[in-house]
Amino acid sequence: MHMMYFTERPYRDVPEDEVIRNRSFFGVPNSFYDPEVGARYYNEYIDEAIYAEELGFDGIMLNEHHGTPFCMGAVMNVEAAILARVTKKARIVLLGNPLPVLKHPLRMAEELAMIDLISKGRLVPGWVRGAGSEQIFNNANPAYNREYFNEAHDVVIAAWTRPGPFRWEGKHFHYRYINPWVLPYQKPHPPIWIPGVISPETVIWCAEHRYPYIGLGTALHSTVELWNLYQQTAAREGYVAGSENFGYLQQIHVSDTEEKAQEEGKAALFGGGAANFSRPEWTLPPGYNSKEATRRLARQATEYGFLGVTSEKLAESQQGERRDPNEAKGRTRERLMRGEVSIEEAKRKIYAQYQKAQDGLQIIIGTPKTVIPKLKLILEVLRPGVLGLFQAQGPLSREQRMNSIRLMGQEVVPALREIAKGLGIVDPFERAPGSRQYIAGTQLEPLVDLDALKRAPKRDESVRV
Amino acid sequence: MADWTEEVTQVAGSNLAIIKGGTGKPILVLHEELGHPGWLNWHAALAREHTLLIPIQPALGKSAKIDWLRNIHDLALWYSWAFREKDWFPIDVIGFSIGGWIAAEMATINARQFRRMVLVAPMGIKPPEGEIMDIFSITARTALSHSVYDHDATPEYAKLYGGERTPEQFEAFEDARTENTRLAWEPILHNPALPHFLEGVTGLPTHIIWGRQDAIVPVSAAEAYRQALRNTEVKVTIFDHCGHRPEIEKSNEFIKLVREFFA
Repeated sequence: MHMMYFTERPYRDVPEDEVIRNRSFFGVPNSFYDPEVGARYYNEYIDEAIYAEELGFDGIMLNEHHGTPFCMGAVMNVEAAILARVTKKARIVLLGNPLPVLKHPLRMAEELAMIDLISKGRLVPGWVRGAGSEQIFNNANPAYNREYFNEAHDVVIAAWTRPGPFRWEGKHFHYRYINPWVLPYQKPHPPIWIPGVISPETVIWCAEHRYPYIGLGTALHSTVELWNLYQQTAAREGYVAGSENFGYLQQIHVSDTEEKAQEEGKAALFGGGAANFSRPEWTLPPGYNSKEATRRLARQATEYGFLGVTSEKLAESQQGERRDPNEAKGRTRERLMRGEVSIEEAKRKIYAQYQKAQDGLQIIIGTPKTVIPKLKLILEVLRPGVLGLFQAQGPLSREQRMNSIRLMGQEVVPALREIAKGLGIVDPFERAPGSRQYIAGTQLEPLVDLDALKRAPKRDESVRV
Repeated sequence: MADWTEEVTQVAGSNLAIIKGGTGKPILVLHEELGHPGWLNWHAALAREHTLLIPIQPALGKSAKIDWLRNIHDLALWYSWAFREKDWFPIDVIGFSIGGWIAAEMATINARQFRRMVLVAPMGIKPPEGEIMDIFSITARTALSHSVYDHDATPEYAKLYGGERTPEQFEAFEDARTENTRLAWEPILHNPALPHFLEGVTGLPTHIIWGRQDAIVPVSAAEAYRQALRNTEVKVTIFDHCGHRPEIEKSNEFIKLVREFFA
């Protein structure tokens, strides 16, 4: 099993009241940005990555967001280029570059190829559609999001694999001369993994391209459904999907004692956590989701993802300001807008969900001894070939974060490796995704463990983390 | 008996839904960005003397999506083709918000298509003061709420789009928002070339109607339209205590103005 260290690289000094007053991390005025603080954090996060590698993590995962203190990785490829040089053996896993909002896939092909070369073949690129708010920040037409994604992907792959020069005249991208004088180190191109929150279209697309799908903290029950969808698509494409085709990301914080861990772990709920990533109208701008995805969101009441896409948020987006004030869900955000709820009251509501968030495995907090069984359950249910440990968000100190990384690296990672070995989990480097042929009509091997799923807690949909 | 009927017709290589009501000299009605808001008092009043022809924008309601249309100017060209094929020209036209923008684009393509033109708070020109509200980064309901200045003084506000929050209406809003996002995302709800092309419009009497408190398209754009249309006869009426929907906020005055203009 490939084990990655991940952090959103939060700007941790933003005043929490401002996030709550703004009703979203996205759009907090950048007058609160202090370059001294920014400079310190960027360097600390590079230190964390180096430390994680030293402790034995196989990969360092990065991501990208714009216009938000939630994640400082506004230009992830800059960070990746630095890691390419300052790390030695860890994979640099980018989950992912928001192709539709960057609008220049040829440039993307060049940047990534440079990172792959500098790291001598350690790059794992990944693509995302970009959060809804990213479409707004980058002025990327959300109604063309999926089309941009597909075509930009095709441009990058062509730039990497098709001898130049050649012309590209697509629907959205036009190049008169594709002939990059920088090509990836890995051939035919670096392995590509795709992260996702809930979109079935993305799962199908991944399976069609034989790209591993990395679930970003989605509820176990619905993740199982999506992975089965991947497996069925894979069979249709003529191959057998196994653990090498899947990955999972889990938010976690570890400390020396349970008491300390519980106290520190509350940071994960800072500012409302990922549920407050952006306002509903920014999460789902017009045309960003297909009708099918919208229906699926509405149906999956317990769905949860790191970008705060929940059925509740969808409902808010549907109802706008005219939602019935007597309805329980989504009430705080709107009452806050109307000035009927104080910031203190909103905060109390957020932190009151701490235990439930742990019960539902939205966050795993504890000592190595208490977090390992919970992570073991995830491995048993999902059997992912890739596991990302996501250092909890919020205003943790540098010492608290480094201690958490140390405990993960020294105690949690080795234990999980043994568990994964026992479960027969293989990663995408041990077995190439899509390399096993499927013989039509034969029985598909079980991807997930449904008995273990019965032991998994159901998420409480009212929990807003 | 119903006041109006809807039929889907094959035209200009696609399927277009058209709402038709009333009797008399026809008026082409180009609806706003959220769709056709329903048969309101002003429709009923004008329908006594006119046949209202209300095409439903492609990709909305029962009208087929035309994927190769890429912007509002393309849509204006397609409408010109479709209505020529329907033999509707020359015709009186009234356009609301994005529909006003479409009408203005059609006038620049061929001003002879129209007999007289009413533009109600049209998008399409960047206002010299203020900004067109970014309706794509707020919900449909929020946009609707901002479109009327005084909800309490506007009884028909509650009747817009049936007044109910049904899942079907939500989907209809999302269809409309998606299509107009596709066509008018960038530049934000305007075409920098439009004011230049409008200079070439002649012989098309035009009435521009606006609410002074319009929160969606600032009233400063009324003067920009007047200046752009300087080579044809233009009248501008601005209502006080009125937002983006003079047709329901100042319903009686609006009906009188339009009736007289199209008489």
